[in-house]
Amino acid sequence: MTTFFALLFYLACAVFVIGLGYKLYDFARTPAPLSIPTTPAPTTTSGVVFRMAREVVLFESLFKGNLWIWLFGWLFHMGLFLVLVRHLRYFIAEVPAWLVFLQPFGKYAGFMMVAGLAGLWVRRLFVERIRYISTLSDHLWLALLLTIGLTGLGMTFLMHVDVVAVKAFFLGLMHFEMNPLPAHPGLFIHLLLVALLMILFPFSKLLHAPGVFFSPTRNMADNPREKRHLAPWAAQLEKN
Amino acid sequence: MAAPEFEIPKFREFPTVPPIREGAMAHSKPYVASDKIQEALGFQGKLDEDWQVTHDKVIAKFGELLGKYRSLKVFMDSCVHCGSCTDKCHYFIGTNDPKNMPVARQELMRSVYRRYFTLPGKLFPKLVGARDLTKDVLDEWFSYFWQCSECRRCSVFCPYGIDTAEVTMAARHILDTVGYGQKYSNEILGKVNKIGNNLGLPGPALEDTLAGLEEDVKEDTGVAVRYPLDEQGAEVLLVTPSADFFAEPHIESLIGYGKVFHAAGISWTLSSYASEAGNFGLFNGSYEMMRKVALRIRQAALELGVKRIVVGECGHAWRVAYAFWNTLTGLGAGGHDPFSIELQKQLDPKYKQPSHICEFTWDLIQQGRLKFDKEANDHRIITFHDSCNVARASRMGDRPGGQFDIPRAIIKAVANKFVDMDEATIREATFCCGGGGGVLTDELLEMRVKGAFPRMEALKHVVDKHGVNFMATICAICKAQFTKVLPYYGFNMRLVGGVHQLVSTAIRLGGEQ
Repeated sequence: MTTFFALLFYLACAVFVIGLGYKLYDFARTPAPLSIPTTPAPTTTSGVVFRMAREVVLFESLFKGNLWIWLFGWLFHMGLFLVLVRHLRYFIAEVPAWLVFLQPFGKYAGFMMVAGLAGLWVRRLFVERIRYISTLSDHLWLALLLTIGLTGLGMTFLMHVDVVAVKAFFLGLMHFEMNPLPAHPGLFIHLLLVALLMILFPFSKLLHAPGVFFSPTRNMADNPREKRHLAPWAAQLEKN
Repeated sequence: MAAPEFEIPKFREFPTVPPIREGAMAHSKPYVASDKIQEALGFQGKLDEDWQVTHDKVIAKFGELLGKYRSLKVFMDSCVHCGSCTDKCHYFIGTNDPKNMPVARQELMRSVYRRYFTLPGKLFPKLVGARDLTKDVLDEWFSYFWQCSECRRCSVFCPYGIDTAEVTMAARHILDTVGYGQKYSNEILGKVNKIGNNLGLPGPALEDTLAGLEEDVKEDTGVAVRYPLDEQGAEVLLVTPSADFFAEPHIESLIGYGKVFHAAGISWTLSSYASEAGNFGLFNGSYEMMRKVALRIRQAALELGVKRIVVGECGHAWRVAYAFWNTLTGLGAGGHDPFSIELQKQLDPKYKQPSHICEFTWDLIQQGRLKFDKEANDHRIITFHDSCNVARASRMGDRPGGQFDIPRAIIKAVANKFVDMDEATIREATFCCGGGGGVLTDELLEMRVKGAFPRMEALKHVVDKHGVNFMATICAICKAQFTKVLPYYGFNMRLVGGVHQLVSTAIRLGGEQ
């Protein structure tokens, strides 16, 4: 099992990094030929950074759009963020003080995350419009994330797992050493699904995470009369 | 008015999200452009007989656009089906057809994207909602991408800023390319390319119209206000939608522009070569087409030697002028290439180039160069309809939101009675008139009437509560659309008019005093 998970995580990391890296490159190389911020929009770059920060941290547009989706979505994402920060301790040999401080927050953020996901799923199942636009994969993503969250919470609060051994396993992987992974069904499911998530990330709607930063309606400054935007392919037209 | 062949939505006491009715608007489609219209624009005349050929061309063009437009690429990948946009489209609210929910409209295209351009879609199409491109799918595109007015309201509420307008434009561009164009817009593009305006008014007709206008205004006010055409060396070139030359209530605003120039003593001219501010290239998503139409204005400006360019009351025209002219034609500041510099040398850098007529008038008001008899508008209780392209795709003045504040400030400077409609239906959240984006054609009347519903509901509220009898707007399409659909909701068609119509009523012309 240890060997299987070791290989799986090498594979998952490779797919995640290469796949996402390619996607970022692909987004970045594609020009935005016209100035299309959704206005009113900030007129300066610092204004754009501030707008993007509000979008990414507070989900400003979603807040304007639908309070329920905002509430559940925000709970899930902020919970996930804290949980991810907490998990850093599995990859850092000497855990710094700030990370120790954050441990209890990350611990209970798991409930935020699961509650948010459950709320989103309930909406997906019972709000007619959202059910209409849902694909099978939308439901499977929620199932996958919920299972990851629930197995995580299970290991934290119910069936403890030998976290020292888990840490040794991951630190080992980072130095190409193989340390035994504790045999724990909850842990196996948890890790299997995390690896699956990493592999699917670059090919799925999870691309919304990098996507929002590349969204021209949000990341462009409103200055078209002061600055000439010209994509390389569009500049070619002037040569004719 | 003949009895309509469709049901008109009923005003609701408490607006709630309607239940969905699948296929409610599946029958709505515009007329297909003839091969003559298509070929005049350099597009394929009609669909290939062999479906496989069309199929391959669609996918090839789709791929090309994905490489040229970051918006399309990022928007195809980023949607999570969260549902925030689902109740935001006026066409959905008015028709209840779920395919008029922005996400579902995008999905018509995204499902094809997934099938041909992503790994999961190639391997497990059912799982991720991917589908093969068939003739039925293409027909569905033709129907539902012509039920979008590209108003961008959905994009305001999307957590990733996904703008359905960008998707619609891409779809229409693909349809054009494979010989499946829309008659109304492509016919208009043909006219503007050939004659210089969307209505196909040739120079002499324009001259007659303007001469007639001068007589009318003289008769009305006793002052010789001029409406000049092709005057070399004028200070300002005014580019306005051609509907302003003859349509009601549009022409009232044109009269108003002339009076503003007259009162301020600034020389100006219209151009017969560039007698159209509108640019349907935007609606059809073709950069080249949009550029071709816009270049006429560059050409006219250079030939007439003007120092300033001002754009009349037209929503999408202002979007193209404000946001795209600098890119397309070098008309603006900040370009360092010879193409831009040629025009920059001529235009006066003290002014924003181009300026909106509202910016122009508001500047003069602030400088105290215009005087008004506000009481002249006292028979009107006025509200203001924010036009979508002005509201969500452009700006006026120096500050974000100037596009909302400046027209309102003008109205308040020329009239005493003004009230706003419900906050959830104005400014950045404004509802489209239902006729924008290239759908202002009679065969789409049902959709236009139903799409106007949310705006009509908000209007009804201020009519009942405050006695509003004038809805001012700064868009030629809004004016034409409302004139047509207001009666369906029990309003007088003359309830709509322009901001400069109000200016025209109240402005003091030097000669009178």
